[in-house]
Amino acid sequence: MTKTRVLDAAVVVALVLYPLLLPGYLDLGTRMIVMALFAMSLDLLVGYCGLVTLGHAAFFGVGAYSAGILAIRASADPLTGLLAGGVAAAILGLLAGTVLLRSRRLTLIMLTLATVLIVQETANRMNWLTGGADGLQGIDMDPVLGRFAFDLFGRVGYVYAAAVLALGFLVFRAVVDSNFGKSLVGIRENEPRMRAIGAPVDTRLRIAFVMSAALAGIAGALQAQVTEFVSLNAVSVEFSGEILIMLILGGAGRRYGAFLGAPLYVFMQDYLAKEDPANWYLWIGAMLMAIVLFAPGGLTKWIGALVGRATHASPLPGRS
Amino acid sequence: MRELLDLLVSLAFYGTAYGTVLYFLAVGLSVTLGLMRFINLAHGVFAMAGGYLTVTLMSRAEVPFLPSVAVAVVAVTAFGMLLERTLCRRFYSAPILDQVLFSIALIFMSIAIARYIYGPLAQPIELPAWLSGRISIGIGVFPAYRVFLIAIGLLLAVAIWFGIERSRFGASVRAAVDNRQMAESVGINVNRVFTICFGLGTGLAALGGSLGADLLPIHPAYPNDFLVYFLIVVAVAGMGNIGGAFAVALGFGIVDTIVRYYLPDLGRILMFLLVMAVLFRKPHGFAPRVHA
Repeated sequence: MTKTRVLDAAVVVALVLYPLLLPGYLDLGTRMIVMALFAMSLDLLVGYCGLVTLGHAAFFGVGAYSAGILAIRASADPLTGLLAGGVAAAILGLLAGTVLLRSRRLTLIMLTLATVLIVQETANRMNWLTGGADGLQGIDMDPVLGRFAFDLFGRVGYVYAAAVLALGFLVFRAVVDSNFGKSLVGIRENEPRMRAIGAPVDTRLRIAFVMSAALAGIAGALQAQVTEFVSLNAVSVEFSGEILIMLILGGAGRRYGAFLGAPLYVFMQDYLAKEDPANWYLWIGAMLMAIVLFAPGGLTKWIGALVGRATHASPLPGRS
Repeated sequence: MRELLDLLVSLAFYGTAYGTVLYFLAVGLSVTLGLMRFINLAHGVFAMAGGYLTVTLMSRAEVPFLPSVAVAVVAVTAFGMLLERTLCRRFYSAPILDQVLFSIALIFMSIAIARYIYGPLAQPIELPAWLSGRISIGIGVFPAYRVFLIAIGLLLAVAIWFGIERSRFGASVRAAVDNRQMAESVGINVNRVFTICFGLGTGLAALGGSLGADLLPIHPAYPNDFLVYFLIVVAVAGMGNIGGAFAVALGFGIVDTIVRYYLPDLGRILMFLLVMAVLFRKPHGFAPRVHA
């Protein structure tokens, strides 16, 4: 437990140190934070419940569009927007979860794909509201808490996003450390046995699904607010795949996977994809293949094993 | 009245042709999934490879249509078997997440390679003269290409049904699906059955990709764009329900064509909602037996 406390503190330290060390790259840092929050929401499903989804961008996108449309049409207060994004995504999560969670394996994957395609098509068709293929433009946020206006250098944006991520992590930590979180791991490891001992598997999975959707929606709302733009790509199959790759890169079900995978992916994307987007796909394909074949469990497990070997202590807690 | 009937017949015809191509693509996936419990989302990669090979042979080497298709199918089948022997085999008992990630990695790499070689645009296929006209069948005059697709699809469905239900090899496939250990102990070489089935599946995908190239255009994002459609066929038919895949593919093709004709704006959304409704009622699809 002390080890996780040290590492939890390291997450906070990294969030504080980044703007001090790299003050010229605040936009990149903010993107890393948003992706980390989104990957963390996915971790709840993929890592802890053992449900594989290729449609998580549906919830991110609904959160982003809700916050963006709210800011344009009604209230541009950032915190209200976050709340709206989270609630909208949670409602979609409740609806989708009711249908999706009856299935497993391939059928579940297909239904998650169908969900994100339905949301994308809806956003595309309702272009009077969402801007369609041009994206949602004209978002102009009020100052955070009525005092801190978003600035050109992205300073307020960074601090705001970092604070939301820190709060999100507190919630995530509380959930996965609770008995509820432990029962999710039980369902992941052996669902029939959990049913046999009388655990309400369906209810628990549905609650986890709604939580995950809400967190993804908050990440989407955050993205809409700090970039003041929402594109159709926020609700695409490709983006759903990318966020899964970010999580896997760090390691699913291992608490810090999102914090390692998302920033690394965003950094590599920024560095490599500018040169040649076609080869970028080849790179992530090869990287993913390497992880699946040689480092299953992602970088957190790999680093954990290295550290464990060096100190002769047990590796990080979580999936072995 | 007569016009409405003509319209319905032609919608049903176009839907059947579309469904037939879906069947080519989905049936191989149904086999690998039912037999090996291997979720191969990269199945479309083999269809795309077949399509590209056919187009290249026809345009660069000026090989006629049917020989090109045959060469493409054989080449992709051999490649599929090689891949099964070397890589896929490792994932049969792996967690589903690893299978999904492995196939996503294949999809990403194939998209990049296809774009590098052929560029981002779709590759047009030049159909031979005997396929580009229109011919008359009992119920009306239709494009020869689509009539040809439907005919091949019917032949294939019968051949696959016969191969699985009536042949000795089919019996060993079914035995390996039902109980792998028991099949091995009566002397069936299950590994070999797996390799052949995987090869057959990829070969069928290549056949669908190359024959259907005029209907589903061959472009780099092919494995991604059509993924959801062949997953729908497999999921609704149910795991390992190879005969049902034919009925579901045709049904989906026909309903989709009709819905798109009458409601072009909402067609896609309605089809996905319909699939969700069906799977909500029947989470395991229409499979006669429920596999765990």
